[in-house]
Amino acid sequence: MTDNPVSATPVSDKKITVATAWLDGCSGCHMSFLDMDERLVDLAQKLDIVYSPLVDTKVLPDQVDVGILEGSISNEADLHHAQEFRKHCKLLISLGDCAVTGNVPAMRNPFKLEAVLNRAFRETVDLQPQIPTVGLPALFRQVRPIHGCVEVDVFVPGCPPHADAIFYVLSELLEGRTPDPNKVTRFGA
Amino acid sequence: MPPPATAPSVRVVTLTIDGKDFSARADETIIEVCRENKIPIPSLCYLDGLSVWAGCRLCLVEMAGQSRLYAACSTMVAEGMQVSTDTPRLRRYRRTIVELLFAERSHVCSVCVSNSHCELQAMAQKCGVDHVSVPYRQARNQVDSSHEMFRLDHNRCILCTRCVRVCDEIEGAHTWDVMGRGSDCQVITDLARPWGESDTCTGCGKCVQVCPTGALVKQGTSAGEMVKDKHFLPILARRRHAQGATHQ
Repeated sequence: MTDNPVSATPVSDKKITVATAWLDGCSGCHMSFLDMDERLVDLAQKLDIVYSPLVDTKVLPDQVDVGILEGSISNEADLHHAQEFRKHCKLLISLGDCAVTGNVPAMRNPFKLEAVLNRAFRETVDLQPQIPTVGLPALFRQVRPIHGCVEVDVFVPGCPPHADAIFYVLSELLEGRTPDPNKVTRFGA
Repeated sequence: MPPPATAPSVRVVTLTIDGKDFSARADETIIEVCRENKIPIPSLCYLDGLSVWAGCRLCLVEMAGQSRLYAACSTMVAEGMQVSTDTPRLRRYRRTIVELLFAERSHVCSVCVSNSHCELQAMAQKCGVDHVSVPYRQARNQVDSSHEMFRLDHNRCILCTRCVRVCDEIEGAHTWDVMGRGSDCQVITDLARPWGESDTCTGCGKCVQVCPTGALVKQGTSAGEMVKDKHFLPILARRRHAQGATHQ
């Protein structure tokens, strides 16, 4: 919880712009976002999703009001994404336990990276065991939560956070208030 | 300790807690008076029916005229005492304590058998911990599945010693104890032998029921399935005490 009040209210009376990204997570948080169901129609009157796995845009715009990150930071691409979001988003939200704590992706941290890769791609594989490298971002030795790499303004724990929790956070931000996610969600919720 | 069955005449004291006046018996602790009067004080190691450990430090309170903080579970009430249980400083300390507990070992709530039945998880939510601001230690802790009915996961242990105390004071077996210092500190069965090979364990499961987290659980439970029941504890504690009194 940040001590400073945060606000996503845009300077003009245009719709609030929202960007989301899926780093080292299972996409469950994005599924939970979609689970807002018919409330998405109301939200769409007030905000525009300008970049997300849920829309077609391939480039993060220069100025975004709210950035939402799902997943932990496990490789170079994740870190790049997080830094880009921090640079271009006025307000950054860590959505879900992987983003907030590291969660399941971080369970490999007590082990050596080589041991983890060998376990996944050699020891348990019958046919042509090999560690894939081509076109893939290099894995970090340690998985970190988002705030382990860039500053985060709002933390929404949960695995995944319930659609009601996501709706509460977005609604509070749209009203210009600072959400208190602890009221509606917790680690592992 | 539980109050004696036949209370000898004890002095009554008056004190203020959060600006309200209360009267209490002089042999009561601050946390007992708070619990009786529904004043919420967070705690993890304190458990009604067991001896006082004062290890988790979550029940720290402020005392007027004193700069240091007092653990409500191990401080007796006194005449004229002015106690504050909920100040910005206490809230900050409690948040930090809970964050440090999460950072010290691997509490991955989402895949824990105690998910949504865990006192540490609930404490985080209550204290306003929505993330851990210190780096995680990322240490690898062992899991002991050698017991045919129960399992010990050191990753989820917060060293509250409820298991040690209930085994010694209520079951009378003293299978559990604590070994090592600092980050090496851990609970052990017998002389740090696997739980399943313990000569003293009666298999009663009291340790499992009083454990606040998913550190001590029943075998065969899956994520979120481990629901604990510690209602037996105050009842047994009172009976033990009453028995002790009649034998004297």
